[in-house]
Amino acid sequence: MYDFAYHRPKSVADAIGLLKSKPEARAMSGGMTLIPTLKQRLARPSDVVDLGGVKELAGIKVEGNNVVVGGMTRHADVATSADVKAAIPALAYLAGHIGDPQVRNRGTIGGSVANNDPAADYPGAVVALNATVSTNTRKIAADDFFKGLFETALGEGELITGISFPKAEKAAYVKFPNPASRYAMVGVFVAKTAAGVRVAVTGAGATVFRVKAMEEALAKNFSSAAIKDIKIPADGLNSDIHGSAEYRAHLVGVMARRAVDAANK
Amino acid sequence: MTAATGIGARVLRTEDKRFLTGTGRYVDDLPLARATYAYFLRSPHAHAKITSIDISAAAKMPGVVNIFTGKDLVDAKVGGLICGWVVKDKHGQPHKAPAHPVMAVDTVRYVGDTVAMIVANSYDEAKDAAEAIKVDYDVKSATIDLATALDKGATEVHPEAPGNLIYDWEIGVKADVDAAFAKAAHVTKLDLVNNRLIPNAMEPRAAAAEYDKGTGNYTLWSTSQNPHVLRLILSAFVLGIPEHKLRVVAPDVGGGFGSKIFCYADETMVCWAASRVGRPIKWTAERSESFQTDCHGRDHVTHAELALDKDGKFLALKVETIANMGAYLSTFSTAVPTYLYATLLAGQYTTPLIYANVKAALTHTAPVDAYRGAGRPEATFVIESIVSKAAAEMKIDAAELRRMNFIPSTAFPYQTPVALQYDSGNYPPIIDEAMKIADYKGFEARRVEAKSRGKLRGIGFSSYIEACGLAPSQVVGSLGAGVGQWESAQIKFNPTGNVQVMTGAHSHGQGHETTFAQLIHDKLGVPMDQIEIVHGDTATTPFGMGTYGSRSLAVGGSAIVKATEKIIAKGKKVAAHLMEASVADVEFENGTFKVAGTDKSVPLAQVVFAAYVPHNYPHADTEPGMDENAFYDPANFVYPAGTQICELEIDPETGTTEIVAFTAIDDFGNIINPMIVEGQVHGGIVQGVGQALMEGAVYDKGTGQLISGSYMDYTMPRADNFPSFKLGYKTTPCPHNPLGVKGCGEAGAIASPAAVMNAIHNALAPIGVKHVEMPATPLNVWQSIQGAQRQAAE
Ligand SMILES: Cc1cc2nc3c(=O)[nH]c(=O)nc-3n(C[C@H](O)[C@H](O)[C@H](O)COP(=O)(O)OP(=O)(O)OC[C@H]3O[C@@H](n4cnc5c(N)ncnc54)[C@H](O)[C@@H]3O)c2cc1C
Repeated sequence: MYDFAYHRPKSVADAIGLLKSKPEARAMSGGMTLIPTLKQRLARPSDVVDLGGVKELAGIKVEGNNVVVGGMTRHADVATSADVKAAIPALAYLAGHIGDPQVRNRGTIGGSVANNDPAADYPGAVVALNATVSTNTRKIAADDFFKGLFETALGEGELITGISFPKAEKAAYVKFPNPASRYAMVGVFVAKTAAGVRVAVTGAGATVFRVKAMEEALAKNFSSAAIKDIKIPADGLNSDIHGSAEYRAHLVGVMARRAVDAANK
Repeated sequence: MTAATGIGARVLRTEDKRFLTGTGRYVDDLPLARATYAYFLRSPHAHAKITSIDISAAAKMPGVVNIFTGKDLVDAKVGGLICGWVVKDKHGQPHKAPAHPVMAVDTVRYVGDTVAMIVANSYDEAKDAAEAIKVDYDVKSATIDLATALDKGATEVHPEAPGNLIYDWEIGVKADVDAAFAKAAHVTKLDLVNNRLIPNAMEPRAAAAEYDKGTGNYTLWSTSQNPHVLRLILSAFVLGIPEHKLRVVAPDVGGGFGSKIFCYADETMVCWAASRVGRPIKWTAERSESFQTDCHGRDHVTHAELALDKDGKFLALKVETIANMGAYLSTFSTAVPTYLYATLLAGQYTTPLIYANVKAALTHTAPVDAYRGAGRPEATFVIESIVSKAAAEMKIDAAELRRMNFIPSTAFPYQTPVALQYDSGNYPPIIDEAMKIADYKGFEARRVEAKSRGKLRGIGFSSYIEACGLAPSQVVGSLGAGVGQWESAQIKFNPTGNVQVMTGAHSHGQGHETTFAQLIHDKLGVPMDQIEIVHGDTATTPFGMGTYGSRSLAVGGSAIVKATEKIIAKGKKVAAHLMEASVADVEFENGTFKVAGTDKSVPLAQVVFAAYVPHNYPHADTEPGMDENAFYDPANFVYPAGTQICELEIDPETGTTEIVAFTAIDDFGNIINPMIVEGQVHGGIVQGVGQALMEGAVYDKGTGQLISGSYMDYTMPRADNFPSFKLGYKTTPCPHNPLGVKGCGEAGAIASPAAVMNAIHNALAPIGVKHVEMPATPLNVWQSIQGAQRQAAE
């Protein structure tokens, strides 16, 4: 990796200060994506601002009808949190199926969502549960947050401080892992919340997307039979050595049906 | 011998203590004072002319000590890398041998080809400087696809090999085979691809070198499976450093699977440059470099036909294979698809006539060479796939068809039509045991039950034979090998009674330090903690051929046994003297010399002490000291055999395969340490299943970029992909080596791809799927199912 200056601020304010004062600075939470990127010399930040020391960013709270997960919260903590398991078991399940134990003990929800890897799991939950992403300056609705391939609504030097997930009446996540990386080749998060039924698909496209036809059918009849004839067009879906666009389109249907069945269990 | 630690005991591995506590010493761990670090600039193109290399800016970068390019090697008259096995084509002509410069001079021929070496005070500085080197490439079209590499008009990789053909080789008499086919009641035909694999040893390749100006001696530390052979190649062919001035050390090495047999450009450069730089040089490959530049394995395109009579008796086998060599001929590349492949095509069967034609082709991809099993997995895959296909076509039970064609136990030694003479074996009890353990009878019921859950369940056999324990020197010499294939051992007792055993074999995960110590313990009665197995250093061990081809115990272990016999013979003379008896009356048992029929005895340790402090000693006919060495050249290969049965379930909605049961019954001859053998079989099966279901090196067919160049895209098998394996043994001891042992290192990987793929085909046959290529990934299986459904609809 190239040389850089390393900082470990203790507060969000200090972190923002550092990020603003150094135009080439990058925030780092668990480093699970950033460090490999640096090692491959694909990024050359002047400064790395490690959020690991910012206590206020980590932790899980239940606030009324919402579960609020701090930006620095590790996947392992979400997976094992009694609060998350009680309120939205599907979210705990999702976190528990990210990567491997090492990754789950380093990787964070803020880093994952900010990075918006097309194959990441969390975006499925954020969109299907109609979560709200909080930053140091504003609140962003899930539907407005994910903009495209590795692209989000975050501005320069803007940090995710937490994500608020409404409790779900029913929810499930079913993931078809990429055989090599075990990221999501297709992951479908189905949720029935106060906002209605949502079906969010990750891994299949450039970024997470919703399947409105399935949502409408499920709103009328929340059963896998209701969506069995809904075909997903392959156009625009990802295609690589592990899965053609057609295969991914097919898997969206299969994973969605399995997710609905799981949510009904 | 004491059952607890001698032959046959499940002794925990001595070496694991240091491996598991992080105290192993690998090449990268070496603390070398004043070390410099090397980084290799590699070609980003599959095929290009180098029009210029400008190192002027890079040379001025901070920390840079030296930069070398291919031209420096030409100026210094450094030789090219060699291929050590001359295969003669069907006209008796030696194979085409294109030049293999250590670093590219004017042409790069695969993504990863070495272009420049940067030596700096730190690794990062070397890498920074590499980015400042300006190389102008004139990019050319590349030949990537093996199936069309020999076609007219394919871009040539080397001018020395017109049409990309390295050799057109054959074995057997085609006319006889054709005549047998003409009379056959049934002919089964099969086209298959043996997928290209990337070895992925846990420790990447690494090298370090130091030059001693005072003595003119070089020391090269390398992740080598065979340090003496590496030294021989570097001395005699590449660098010209005399053997006695070059010490090669292969310390702890974290896995090889064949990929660390060969002499590579990187270690050659590190050694050569050490004297020019005047400081030690260290280099460790990054994982991406390993993907790109370790020799890959397998990569065949094959058409095979099997002729059977009306009852299913095999009449003849015909095989045509194109084997990928990559862009340059690696050290043993030419032998793998010929003498380690086509000579195995009889399998366990009495097939009387076999003809094989192998064409070796160059492509603009990384060199391809031996990888766990080397040729034998490819042969087993051909035979066992076509046998199962024939069984399905003729509606004969797959086990029954095999049994009907097995070489009977009474026929050994058995001369196959493809050169090898199998020394021993008894195949029917193996398959019987495997079927019993796998509950073959109950399979139909399990298939029906799986169907009720929406799963397609299949079962597949693979009855393999392999020739390993490489090898009788005379035989391999007559086939073109550049070296002998014996092994060496030295047993050096110390005056205090403990013992160092030097072996020419090299352990890079196999557990020699335990198995070989068990041998010594068993034969000489020395306690395990008094035995040190020394390997991997040309300065301290006798010349040896190294470890590959499941040879260490069969050949290296046999050398140790021969040396123990010399120790005992000498010890008897000393003991006779000490006990005032005649040598003929002295017996040796459990570490003690005894005079037969008396209660006189003297322990080995005392005899050893007398040999080093020879105050009371038979000086007239016995030299002092207790230090014996032996060389062992095997009389034949050894022939492990076995049957594997794989049972799996496919989810037809997603194409996902789950292995639900896996049985392997093997004949490895006598077993020294069953725990280590199980480990070898487990690892082998996992690697073979990896090939069948997951692994595949994928190059972009146009640009030659390695798409599967990291673990994000290259699927390694993981523990959670497997059930517990059911293993068992049916032993016929090897008749020609003193331990009666065969080899176990490669068997798992040799047999399992066919077992898995036969099970896949068995599972998918009811829904009309005819053929699935390896790796049977979910995508691949799903597409095959879609294809069958489309065909059924038409
Ligand atoms: C081997 C491996 C397997 C994996 N498998 C999966 C998987 O199966 N599914 C899956 O979803 N993911 C997977 N991941 C990704 C992992 O889940 C991490 O969440 C992801 O890599 C982000 O890492 P991180 O949280 O450590 O963030 P970092 O790597 O530290 O940062 C990532 C990016 O986000 C920015 N950033 C970090 N924190 C914030 C913040 N609070 N606000 C704004 N920007 C921020 C950084 O500047 C950087 O650009 C895997 C990763 C690895 C290494």
